[in-house]
Amino acid sequence: MKLADVPLRDLLRNPIVPYETDEVTRLICDSHDAEAFAPIGHLTVGEFRDWLLSEQATGDRLKALAPGLIPEMAAAVSKIMRLQDLVSVAAKCRVVTRFRSTIGLPGRLSTRLQPNHPTDDLKGIAASILEGLSYGNGDAVIGVNPAADNPSRVDALLHLLNRIREHYDIPTQICVLAHVTTQMRALENGAPVDLVFQSVAGTEAANTAFGVNLALLDEAWQAAKELKRGEHVMYFETGQGSALSADAHHGVDQQTCEARAYAVARRYQPLLVNTVVGFIGPEYLYDGKQILRAGLEDHFCGKLLGLPMGCDICYTNHAKADQDDMDALLTLLGVAGCNYIMGVPGADDVMLHYQSTSFHDALYVRSVLGLKPAPEFEAWLERQPVLMPEQWLLT
Amino acid sequence: MAIDLRAFTPARVGLGRSGNSLPTVELLRFQLDHARARDAVYDELDPPGLGVPHILLRSAAADRETYLRRPDKGRRLNPESRARLETGSYDAAIVIADGLSARAVHRHAAHLLEELMPRLAAEEWRLAPLTVVLGGRVAIGDEIGQRLGAQLVAVLIGERPGLTSPDSLGVYLTWDPRPGRTDAERNCISNIRTDGISYARAAHRLHFLMREARARRLTGVALKEEAPRLGDAGGAPETTP
Repeated sequence: MKLADVPLRDLLRNPIVPYETDEVTRLICDSHDAEAFAPIGHLTVGEFRDWLLSEQATGDRLKALAPGLIPEMAAAVSKIMRLQDLVSVAAKCRVVTRFRSTIGLPGRLSTRLQPNHPTDDLKGIAASILEGLSYGNGDAVIGVNPAADNPSRVDALLHLLNRIREHYDIPTQICVLAHVTTQMRALENGAPVDLVFQSVAGTEAANTAFGVNLALLDEAWQAAKELKRGEHVMYFETGQGSALSADAHHGVDQQTCEARAYAVARRYQPLLVNTVVGFIGPEYLYDGKQILRAGLEDHFCGKLLGLPMGCDICYTNHAKADQDDMDALLTLLGVAGCNYIMGVPGADDVMLHYQSTSFHDALYVRSVLGLKPAPEFEAWLERQPVLMPEQWLLT
Repeated sequence: MAIDLRAFTPARVGLGRSGNSLPTVELLRFQLDHARARDAVYDELDPPGLGVPHILLRSAAADRETYLRRPDKGRRLNPESRARLETGSYDAAIVIADGLSARAVHRHAAHLLEELMPRLAAEEWRLAPLTVVLGGRVAIGDEIGQRLGAQLVAVLIGERPGLTSPDSLGVYLTWDPRPGRTDAERNCISNIRTDGISYARAAHRLHFLMREARARRLTGVALKEEAPRLGDAGGAPETTP
């Protein structure tokens, strides 16, 4: 049977990973909204593609449909869509979230400022942050990947980021992307946590490999919500290949596993979700063409399922890809209405050893597509004289 | 006042701009660095050049292209290599693997061992024979450690080459190694290289983790790294080579 002829209802009735042994499947099935699904419940995968591209599928209708869709439907239809289809439909789905800045509005493109340093040197991180801010980056979050998952280091990084944010009164969020348990410990110690981060995957077994499960994420979400900072307090990263690399994919293709990770993220009404599309390496996405396709599939599936989707447009040095491939994906995602991208100094992450998009790249895509940063951040940028490095750099 | 941000970080700051893009000199520098990093992936390990006695092993990935496309093969020994390992009873096994940067292994593995071995000898650790594996990924240490009968395995492996760091070594520590262990069950020390974490600091942290692992009979996310600081240090990326 052709994929295009499969009724969407069949995907709902036949979980691809067993309900009994996988809590992600249970989450998907138990939270499915049958009423929201009803308007398209009679369609096949192929008919669903036609419907998505039609004038009937307005932004409002797509938003109302999201709780009625399961990841397997989004993944299935994406497989029979060309790149332009993935762009067209995603561009109709606006998902807006808010903390100190509002992310995902039409005509806006935000960035995560990613100031990583190989030894978590505080001055080095501060230097990258100042550079990024001066290029108008950082309106989605200022987020550091710590080199070591060490509680005292994570505390020190959170205090540094918070000091910079408060000093310049920047309408953005901070995050240190340690393991969720380390962030919970920091939170208990009273460190200035804005967003709680975790990498998530689409099967229970793959999440086990990340050292998480839904109960732990529930606990982290609860703790973050108790700070009373608003309704969007979580940040998730995902990426095709995470389940396969942990041998936790149950024979399911990596893109369907990826879409299932969005079901995990969706439970927590996150501020930010991004696929780290070429990060895991050529073992999973071999070259620039595969990374391009995967980035657009992930963004489409995430948006269709109602997530505030961004993308770390990236590749590793053992993949057959280069900065030209990143330019192509960046431009297409800009057209598709991607919520945010990464801002890494010179596109070179000197701690994680991969290439992403640069501060310059954000200026490029905003300029050619007429996009602006988040409104609060844009207003802040207009108020700024030239940023002066403060004493933590000068002493 | 003007301040040169490049004094504070090896990150590519202070590049300047041509319109919204990079100045030509920076664009070309990036492309040269990328070409060098790509080359580093295809460098081959020369085991005698390591200068340490070892048992030489090979993974099931016969060549570099297979290694890149089939991570499963890089995690298992080939049958001849498996037969070469005799089971004993050891506190720990140390495995050196080329991973994604043979250059990193050549430059740093022996130096790191020079710092580590005296610390372990002072505590009378029973160490399995040192093994060197070609075409190996982190998880191949699980099979090697299990076959050798080691309670703990430390894999020294070439990390994927970065643009400014084509020679970075990582160490992954796994308690009770056996095939099927997940990354959440390992501890990692990353960025061991000239401009990253020094051999002495890496050995200090590895020794601390090995002692903790033995005392608590586990590794992974439950074993938080709270070694008393010996200066500054580096650590764990999200995925393993």
